[in-house]
Amino acid sequence: MQRARLATIWLGGCSGCHMSLLDMDEWLFELAQHVEVVYSPLVDIKEYPDGVDIALVEGAIANEDHLHLIRQARERTRTLIAFGDCAVTGNVTALRNLFGTPDDLLRKVYAAGAPDGPVPREAGVVPVLTQTVTPVHAVVPVEHYLPGCPPDAGAIRAAISEALQVSAIETQRK
Amino acid sequence: MSVRTLSINGQQVSAPAEATVLEAARDAGITIPTLCHLDGLSDVGACRLCLVEITGSNKLQPACHTRVAEGMEVQTETPRLQQYRRMVVELLFAERNHVCAVCVANGHCELQNLARALGMYHVRFDYLSPTCAVDITHSRFGIDHNRCVLCARCVRACDEVEGVHTWDIAGRGVASRVISDLDQPWGESTSCTACGKCVLACPTGAIFRRGVTVGEMERDSAKIRFIVEARNQRW
Repeated sequence: MQRARLATIWLGGCSGCHMSLLDMDEWLFELAQHVEVVYSPLVDIKEYPDGVDIALVEGAIANEDHLHLIRQARERTRTLIAFGDCAVTGNVTALRNLFGTPDDLLRKVYAAGAPDGPVPREAGVVPVLTQTVTPVHAVVPVEHYLPGCPPDAGAIRAAISEALQVSAIETQRK
Repeated sequence: MSVRTLSINGQQVSAPAEATVLEAARDAGITIPTLCHLDGLSDVGACRLCLVEITGSNKLQPACHTRVAEGMEVQTETPRLQQYRRMVVELLFAERNHVCAVCVANGHCELQNLARALGMYHVRFDYLSPTCAVDITHSRFGIDHNRCVLCARCVRACDEVEGVHTWDIAGRGVASRVISDLDQPWGESTSCTACGKCVLACPTGAIFRRGVTVGEMERDSAKIRFIVEARNQRW
């Protein structure tokens, strides 16, 4: 049987959703028989590959790197699943929207106690922040939504099982 | 008691002449989603979740504020109504900062329950991310305007059941805010009796008991109805 190509993506989130993914415990062994993990923070692959069947997207869109990666992933993936509350709503990552522009935010974080203190602005070193933090579906179309902070392992398992069944049917049709 | 006969979703229903469409539907076991309605309080028709279609009228009518009539034909679950209700809940989520993961009412929230019941899995609109205050000047309770949906259940519980009217709403549109007394900190309110009825009435994590943390704010909002009915009993 041909294994489905699975990716997991870590954008503006705490990695808690990925922790919850690992909480599926022994079912991970069964999952490994049905999928090949082609991209993930858990494996050492630098470039998002072509022809991905299912991608779990953790985190909100908070900087230019996230924008670049999610657009690339959208082009190269059949089914995107917004994975956890940050991807679905912006959640805690989007709390920075309450502090105004990225510049206001950086000042608040780095220069609150020292009004003349330096604010780091090294182009090309850290990714440039987007004006506002948005959910994933505000940037690219998303097929499915898996809420929770983090979603519990049972919910992730149910979502992946469902997506794999649909994916198998779509692969046969091709 | 005079009786009216009407149909709801094709089902024949009888109800007292003074009943609302919402009451008639509930008696017949038909669920219409509500948010600003709370048993024991007057109805204001503010949240628009209980909108229904009535044959012969182009306008959608709030079931909580529409009296039954003889021969009335009511539809409560048309695709148009489902679409509007979902949109209403999305707009409520977009208007303030409802960050469920860090909310005291997470898992015990009427707004969350509504989203789930109406199949609202994500918000299609841009979040407004307004700046909202949290007032914890009161010794026992707090109010977090980030979570407020302006249902005014607290305002009505305080006015109609406690007879005080500490709460009211100031401002217009999205700038509206629930205020205590003359827009002063809750802890400085001279009218508040600290009875806690607003805490019982609030559907979200906006009004809470101090000391609760994420997911701990449970309440029994049916207590408002219990108080009102107990008062009307005569022994």
